[in-house]
Amino acid sequence: MNILVLIKQVPDTEAKIVVSGGKVQEAGIKWIISPYDEIALEEAIRIKEKTGGTVTAISVGDDLVQQSIRTAYAMGADHGIHIKHDQYQMLDAFAIASAIAKAIEGRDFQVVLAGRQGSDSDNGQVPLILGTLKGWGVVSFAKKVEIDSQKATVHVEAEGGEAIYESTLPVIITANAGLNEPRYPSLKGIMASKKKPIEVINFADLGLGTVSRIEILGFEPPPPRPQGRFIDGADPAAKAKELARALREEIKVI
Amino acid sequence: MAKILAIGEVANGIPKKATREITSVGRSLGEVHTLVLGTQAEAAASEVARHGAEVIYAVESSDYNGEAWSQMAAQIVREGGYEIVLIPHSWAGRDVSARLATLLDSAVISDAVEIHNEGGRIKIKKPVYSGKAFVWLKSTAAIQVVTVRPNSQKIEENPGAGKLEKRQLDLSKVKARQISFIPQKSTRVSLTEADIVVSAGRGIKGPENLYLIENLADVLGAGMGATRAVVDAGWCDHTLQVGQTGVTVSPTLYIAVGISGAIQHLAGMGSSKYIVAINKDPDAPIFKVATYGVVDDLFQVVPPLTEEFKQMLGK
Ligand SMILES: Cc1cc2nc3c(=O)[nH]c(=O)nc-3n(C[C@H](O)[C@H](O)[C@H](O)COP(=O)(O)OP(=O)(O)OC[C@H]3O[C@@H](n4cnc5c(N)ncnc54)[C@H](O)[C@@H]3O)c2cc1C
Ligand SMILES: Nc1ncnc2c1ncn2[C@@H]1O[C@H](COP(=O)(O)O)[C@@H](O)[C@H]1O
Repeated sequence: MNILVLIKQVPDTEAKIVVSGGKVQEAGIKWIISPYDEIALEEAIRIKEKTGGTVTAISVGDDLVQQSIRTAYAMGADHGIHIKHDQYQMLDAFAIASAIAKAIEGRDFQVVLAGRQGSDSDNGQVPLILGTLKGWGVVSFAKKVEIDSQKATVHVEAEGGEAIYESTLPVIITANAGLNEPRYPSLKGIMASKKKPIEVINFADLGLGTVSRIEILGFEPPPPRPQGRFIDGADPAAKAKELARALREEIKVI
Repeated sequence: MAKILAIGEVANGIPKKATREITSVGRSLGEVHTLVLGTQAEAAASEVARHGAEVIYAVESSDYNGEAWSQMAAQIVREGGYEIVLIPHSWAGRDVSARLATLLDSAVISDAVEIHNEGGRIKIKKPVYSGKAFVWLKSTAAIQVVTVRPNSQKIEENPGAGKLEKRQLDLSKVKARQISFIPQKSTRVSLTEADIVVSAGRGIKGPENLYLIENLADVLGAGMGATRAVVDAGWCDHTLQVGQTGVTVSPTLYIAVGISGAIQHLAGMGSSKYIVAINKDPDAPIFKVATYGVVDDLFQVVPPLTEEFKQMLGK
């Protein structure tokens, strides 16, 4: 089984995002593999450990993403492809998916794993676009995955319950939290990852031209939340009473 | 006038709240037609028409299939010459929108909380970095596809003709299909649609105390959520997790009980209109975003609070 994992580099979830002049200030941000992609990577490695084959990690981004590809190596990925674009943040999901589609032409993958959404864009579009471009089955929000030589059986967390999907191969599956607990790379893995080569493809060489269809007009910080207040009361019951009153009379939500 | 297709969901003949929202938005932007998919879809037509739909395409469908839905929708968009497509940013909506946009040679501007029309071009505002910033986006594609965050838009009464057209899904060629569905046991309102959400944090100490939160939620007819700490401890199901790696909610009222307010939790509920926090630690970060804060022991506050609401609501 040859498995491709889409990994996106994003700011650490604890990172403070500072917006000024309509732009996100990147200085001081620590970059990590998007949390759902780490889960996707873990799942790919587990499938490989069971059925054999290879795991390839691919990332569209600037030179910094090589660090994420090395983390993938340290966890157990065999190959890494870096599609280099210095201003990848300006690319939309369609452009990223098109680049990945083009880069994997002629390569043989039966399973593609990705995150359910990037923790920066919160979009969840790249895997679906890739699947639609390729004509492959896509199953989103996986919480359990079983693969055999013919098909994938995927349990997903759907609205109102758990749905079980079956797909022909190749298949694209997006990972939800709870699918697995990603491993920590071993020291040996980390050492070995430093020497492994990374295949670099220039975005411009893919011949896609200007593919983005979404224009970023500008960023702004979130509006400050209006000042709240503490509820006073002699004891917990009095506070409960005052809170209920405020909800009913002041903001009229009850 | 712009031609708009709203694509919504129906369950047992009742349109989802988000379907009413996007139809209302569509009506404010131009002439709106609504495509509804779900069980007893036709029965929902008159309800949807109340919010402005001139035409309603009803598709009977008992399970979600993104491939089939997107193919059918693409055909309707092409035939009807729609210029703008509105879809809720729900579980199914996210999935179908990216597929549909690709079939239409377009791209999705997703999770809009504000939508403006500038001479036929849609400009949206959406949260990014889990709500730590907002970005303004514009689509440059011929057909503009937008997903809209549930609970972010007003529902308007503005009756349209509601001419009914029936369509059928073609599931014969899909690569991935649903083979079974295990419904949730809970009968509570779904988290993303709920107008009030009550969430439990590690402060509740153990699963045996979850009933306190459940009772409070039930008196208010609210949805129930939890933090990752509660989910990871195995005290409740993962589907209830609110936050960066869980569900995003924007109810009118969010009640956080025994929750510290970690940044990853705030990411999932920070856009709630009003926030109540009950926590015994006055320095808990949750109080920074709270409209009302109660500093006290939740075990002493929640039972009388539930009682107060019961009386208020005559339950
Ligand atoms: C990549 C990543 C993703 C994450 N995603 C999520 C996510 O999606 N959702 C999420 O929730 N978390 C997420 N987290 C975890 C998050 O960082 C916090 O650990 C978690 O939200 C804490 O949950 P809590 O508030 O229930 O627990 P705690 O932080 O332990 O807070 C418990 C609170 O209860 C109060 N308390 C205790 N006893 C009482 C009492 N008797 N009465 C009143 N108050 C009391 C305490 O004062 C304390 O403030 C994520 C973390 C990472 C690293
Ligand atoms: N630049 C990228 N390089 C590789 N994979 C990506 C990239 N952007 C998004 N993805 C994949 O697509 C998923 C959804 O991302 P998004 O559509 O940005 O929310 C991510 O979790 C990744 O698996």
